[in-house]
Amino acid sequence: MLKTFRIGGIHPKEYKISAGKAIQPIAIPDQVIVPLSQHIGAPCQPIVKKGDVVKTGTLIGKTVGFVSANIHSPVSGTVLKIDKALDASGYRRDAVYIKVEGDEWEESIDRSKTLVKECILSPKEILEKIAAAGIVGMGGATFPTHVKLTPPPGTKAEVLIVNAVECEPYLTSDHQLMMEKTEEILVSIAIVMKAINTRKAIIGIENNKRDAIEKFTQAAKAYSNIEVVALKVQYPQGGEKQLIDALLKRQVPSGALPVSVGAIVQNVGTMFAIYEAVQKNKPLIERVVTVTGKNMKNPCNVLSRLGIPVSVLIDAAGGLPESTGKVVSGGPMMGKALASTDIPVTKGTSGILIIPTLEAKRKSMKDCIRCAKCVNVCPMGLNPSLLMNLTEYEIWDRAEKNSITDCIECGSCSYTCPADRPLLDYIRLGKGKVNGIIRARKK
Amino acid sequence: MVVSPSPHVHSGDNIQKNMYGVLIALIPAFIVALYFFRLDALIITACSVLFCMGFEYLIVRFIMKKEPSIFDGSAIITGVLLAFNVPSNLPVWILALGCLFAIGVVKLSFGGLGNNIFNPAIAGRIFLLISFPAQMTTWPSPVTATSVDAVSSATVLGVLKHSPESLPTIMEMFLGIESGSLGEMSAVALLIGLIYLLCKKIITWHIPISIMAVVAIFTGILYIFNPIPMYNPLIHLFSGGLMLGAIFMATDYVTSPMTKRGMLIYGAGIGVITVVIRLWGAYPEGVSFAILLMNAFTPLINNYTTPKRFGEAVKHG
Repeated sequence: MLKTFRIGGIHPKEYKISAGKAIQPIAIPDQVIVPLSQHIGAPCQPIVKKGDVVKTGTLIGKTVGFVSANIHSPVSGTVLKIDKALDASGYRRDAVYIKVEGDEWEESIDRSKTLVKECILSPKEILEKIAAAGIVGMGGATFPTHVKLTPPPGTKAEVLIVNAVECEPYLTSDHQLMMEKTEEILVSIAIVMKAINTRKAIIGIENNKRDAIEKFTQAAKAYSNIEVVALKVQYPQGGEKQLIDALLKRQVPSGALPVSVGAIVQNVGTMFAIYEAVQKNKPLIERVVTVTGKNMKNPCNVLSRLGIPVSVLIDAAGGLPESTGKVVSGGPMMGKALASTDIPVTKGTSGILIIPTLEAKRKSMKDCIRCAKCVNVCPMGLNPSLLMNLTEYEIWDRAEKNSITDCIECGSCSYTCPADRPLLDYIRLGKGKVNGIIRARKK
Repeated sequence: MVVSPSPHVHSGDNIQKNMYGVLIALIPAFIVALYFFRLDALIITACSVLFCMGFEYLIVRFIMKKEPSIFDGSAIITGVLLAFNVPSNLPVWILALGCLFAIGVVKLSFGGLGNNIFNPAIAGRIFLLISFPAQMTTWPSPVTATSVDAVSSATVLGVLKHSPESLPTIMEMFLGIESGSLGEMSAVALLIGLIYLLCKKIITWHIPISIMAVVAIFTGILYIFNPIPMYNPLIHLFSGGLMLGAIFMATDYVTSPMTKRGMLIYGAGIGVITVVIRLWGAYPEGVSFAILLMNAFTPLINNYTTPKRFGEAVKHG
């Protein structure tokens, strides 16, 4: 029996139609827009101004505080302006507009393809390099990686978990990256194990990626203490807490960090970025993006510089079909619907999903029939139907008591509801409200 | 372009699918009913469904002034279940009253599907049982090869209570060769329905199995100390409305608890009350009263039981 997490879960149709498509680089357009907030935490402070000439890899945004991540220019050219730009959050936020001129890289970056296995840096130096390169969780959460790799004093990770689950339907960017950059990822795992001083690493891969499981199982033999585990296909297994439960049979308590059960989880795309940062001095300026959708002519995996408008990527996949109803950044379960195709690719853009008109609109909601299917699928063991009602009637104390803040917003409840009730919409709202109340109480 | 919060896909599950799934699961029991009661079974079931749908349409349309959704399947289920809970020779006008009570009072006066506290079919059956006790407890014998003429006879539980020497065998009860209401005859047909419901994930095992287990354990303990037919757990499992109630009536989404723990408490409650009424109550059968009583406790159970939270079963090492 394949391992999986123990509470709830769903299995949506996979639609991994871009699987096996080799990663193609995207040609750089004339202008890029680089948002200064591409991560969870404080937005960066811009350190360039209008007219400044930048190279590919030049630092353009510096961190403010510990929970933040540097931003580098993904292209070479001239800074046009620093202005508001619409991003995937739906807000207009500060971004650096750069006019592209050629593609000249910072000299410190090693652009060769040769695999660099040796790493003589100390753990501290490794972490500093990761922080300097502006690496964040690339599975979509975009939490600064150096923060995650620095557990609070008194805690220690016994095991590094590499999240190669890619449980979202449609997305294949991690899968393809694993097929093409197997060795680099394994080197990176060894580096991170050294940085956080752990003896053991586990790579969790869902069983719908048999080729990747085989490739990694073979390649990992050359490394010590790296184990590859095939997992049953089950959403949301890529959720940090779910993955730890699936692999270690340990459940992170409510409100605690994964390191409290001895684990640190990193996405496989993040691992590759760490390899490039530590071994090649390359900051995070590009990423693999799956561009896909049922009606797309050429669903594919592309390597895109950050800051390129998603419309350029969509064109590479055959252009926007007439039947387009919705453009989503990320997967269909947790991705964000974009208000415009001018929005740029950022560090967290794992995929661009084009949803046809027919599927884009929700059905009207019916009265709850209390079938409890939402309760059965909730991976956190919550009662979504109750939480929705409590939010609707603004009964915050009971919402808090019923652990609304534990919700990981995976959307399994809304996905499942036979009465088409927007459970997660309400719960998200209630969660924000209750979190606010808790913060106010602590002050 | 549409901009909306995630998730952007839906399972495609809907209320109709679940309701029609329950109806499909009722087909084996219906075939058994047709086999034993012939045309009567068809007439009673068809009339009951038509009355329920008709009353729902008229009341929603002209009294509640809303758009009726009689094809969501819930009124059809109420119709079928009510028909399955009455003798096959019940006068049709009495049946119509039962349907009116079930749909009009029990379901729609609370706001319709999803908002009712009691299961409409159960409440309808009890309404008829109390209002028309004679007609509701005169069962024709099933038409079988040996007894072609339908004559009125007592159910197994009636026999058990009043003259336990003339019981059918357990196997006869299991297959359904006994007297009883239309749809409760054959335990095996109802169990096939249960398997279908579980496979299609329309219900979970918690409610039906907890009811059956508690009934079997409760009577089983008594049977160990005093092995008379009255306490025989197999008779209690395979006779009367236990299977029909446990599989199709107690599992009604709207009127049963939402958490697994709640479902087990609710099922156990139904099991205990059923046995108590059957053994020591005035009525030979207690399943419908047990379900109705536990329906009333459902909001309370929901309030005091939580699902098993993530992190509750923390295991280190």
